[in-house]
Amino acid sequence: MRGITKLSIALSPLLFITSTAQSDQQPFQFEAMSAPSHTLPPLPYAYDALEPHISAQIMELHHSKHHQTYVTNLNAALKTQAEAVTTSDIPTQVSLQAAIKFNAGGHINHSLFWQNLAPASSAEAKSSAAPSLVSQIKATWGDETAFREAFKAALLGIQGSGWGWLVKVEAGKEQRLAIVTTKDQDPVVGKGEVPIFGVDMWEHAYYLQYLNGKAAYVENIWNVINWKTAEERFVGTRADVFKTLKASI
Amino acid sequence: MNSTLLRTSAARSALRAAAPKSSTRAGLAGATFVRGKATLPDLPYDYGALEPAISGKIMELHHKNHHNTYVTSYNNFSTQIEEAKAKSDIAAQIALQPLINFHGGGHINHSLFWENLAPTSQGGGEPPSGKLAQAINESYGSLDAFKDRFNTALAAIQGSGWAWLVQDTQTGSVQIRTYANQDPVVGQFRPILGVDAWEHAYYLQYQNRKAEYFKAIWDVINWKAAEKRFK
Repeated sequence: MRGITKLSIALSPLLFITSTAQSDQQPFQFEAMSAPSHTLPPLPYAYDALEPHISAQIMELHHSKHHQTYVTNLNAALKTQAEAVTTSDIPTQVSLQAAIKFNAGGHINHSLFWQNLAPASSAEAKSSAAPSLVSQIKATWGDETAFREAFKAALLGIQGSGWGWLVKVEAGKEQRLAIVTTKDQDPVVGKGEVPIFGVDMWEHAYYLQYLNGKAAYVENIWNVINWKTAEERFVGTRADVFKTLKASI
Repeated sequence: MNSTLLRTSAARSALRAAAPKSSTRAGLAGATFVRGKATLPDLPYDYGALEPAISGKIMELHHKNHHNTYVTSYNNFSTQIEEAKAKSDIAAQIALQPLINFHGGGHINHSLFWENLAPTSQGGGEPPSGKLAQAINESYGSLDAFKDRFNTALAAIQGSGWAWLVQDTQTGSVQIRTYANQDPVVGQFRPILGVDAWEHAYYLQYQNRKAEYFKAIWDVINWKAAEKRFK
C-alpha cells in the first residue's frame, strides 16, 4: 500500500513537467487541454486486510488493474473532450458521453467502495460505529436484519454487472433511505442522492474466491462494511462524500 | 427459438457419437428430460478440450453451474408466467418478462456458444468456407479484418454481455452486434456466431486481461457450426 502512495507522489512532478512542456509549445490550447488528471487513490488498508472475506488477490487486481483502467480511460476521454470543446466539435462531445459516464462512474464507484470497506477486526466494521444511520435503518426497515435481507435481495437481483447502494435521498428538509441498484458503472450522482455505502456486484469483485457463489460473497461482505464511513456520509453532505475524488486529482 | 434448441439435441447426439464420455451423460440427460422444460444440453466435447484457449475449470463452472442456473431459473419463471396467464394476471406476466428474457436468454446464448466452439482436433479455428466466408469477405474485406472488428466490439462492451456475428433476415447480409447481459439474438437478426464477454467466461484464466481471451478464442471457433446457421 505504501508503495502505491509513493508512486502517485512520484508521478505528480512528471505529469506537471509534461503539462508545462505542452504549454510551451501550444500556449493557446493549454487551458482547454489541461483537464486535470485523475489518479488512483491509495487503499486505506493493505490488500490482504479484508481477508478472509475478500482475498488479497482480488483486492490487488481490483484496485491496481480494474480501478486503474477506469482512471486511465477517464483521463483519455476527458482529454479528447477538452479538445472537442476547444474546437466546438459537438458531435464528438456527445459521442464521448458514454465513455465518460462509464469510466468516471467506475472511478467514482470504486473510490467510494474502498472507503466504505474496513478490516473485519476493526471498530469501524461494527454497525455500532454508525448510531444515527442505524437508527434510521431501523425506522425504515424495522431492524438491521430485515435491512440486510432487503439489501441482499437487491444485490442478487442484479442482471449482469452492477452495484447495490444504500442511498440517502434528500428532498427539501425531508430525507429518506433507499436501496438502489445501478447497472454497469452508472454512479449514484442524482440530485439530492448521497451514496452511503456500495457493494460491487461485477464478477471481478468476487469470482476468483467465490466463483458462481455470489450469495456467499453478499453474505460475507457485511463483515467488512465500514460503518464509520457510512455514518460520516449519512450525517454529511453530498459534497463531503465526493471530496475523495478531488483528493485524487 | 426454444424449440430449435430442443430439436438440436438430435444434432448433438450425432456429435457425441465420437465422444464416449459425453454420450454416457447424454443418456442421463435424455432420461431426465421433461416435456416442455428446458434442460442443460451436454457439451459436444470434454471440459478440458478447449485448452489452452479456455481452461477446463472455466468450462466446467460455466456449463455445470452458470448455464445450469439459467436453465433452472428459466423453468421456474416459465412456470410462474404460465400460472399468471391461467389467472389472467397481466401485471404478474409483465413483471416476469425481464426474468424470462434474462434466464431464457442465458439458456439460448450458452447453448449456441457451446456449439460454436470446438477443440482444434475437431476443427476448431479452421476458417469458414462457402457462402458464409463469402458474406464475411463482402462485409469486412477479409477474415482477419472481421476478427479485428469483432474483438473491438467485444472490448467495447460496458459491463456484461455478448458479441455476435448475426445475419440480417431482411437483407441476408452479416454484421457484428453486441448485446447487454443475456439479451438473446432474436427478431430481425439470426445468430451465427457468439462470444461470451461476461467476466465468468474468462476471469479465472485471464483476469483483467480480457483482450488475451478475445484473441485466443479464435483458435477454438467452430466455423462449421456457424456455417450451418447461415442461410
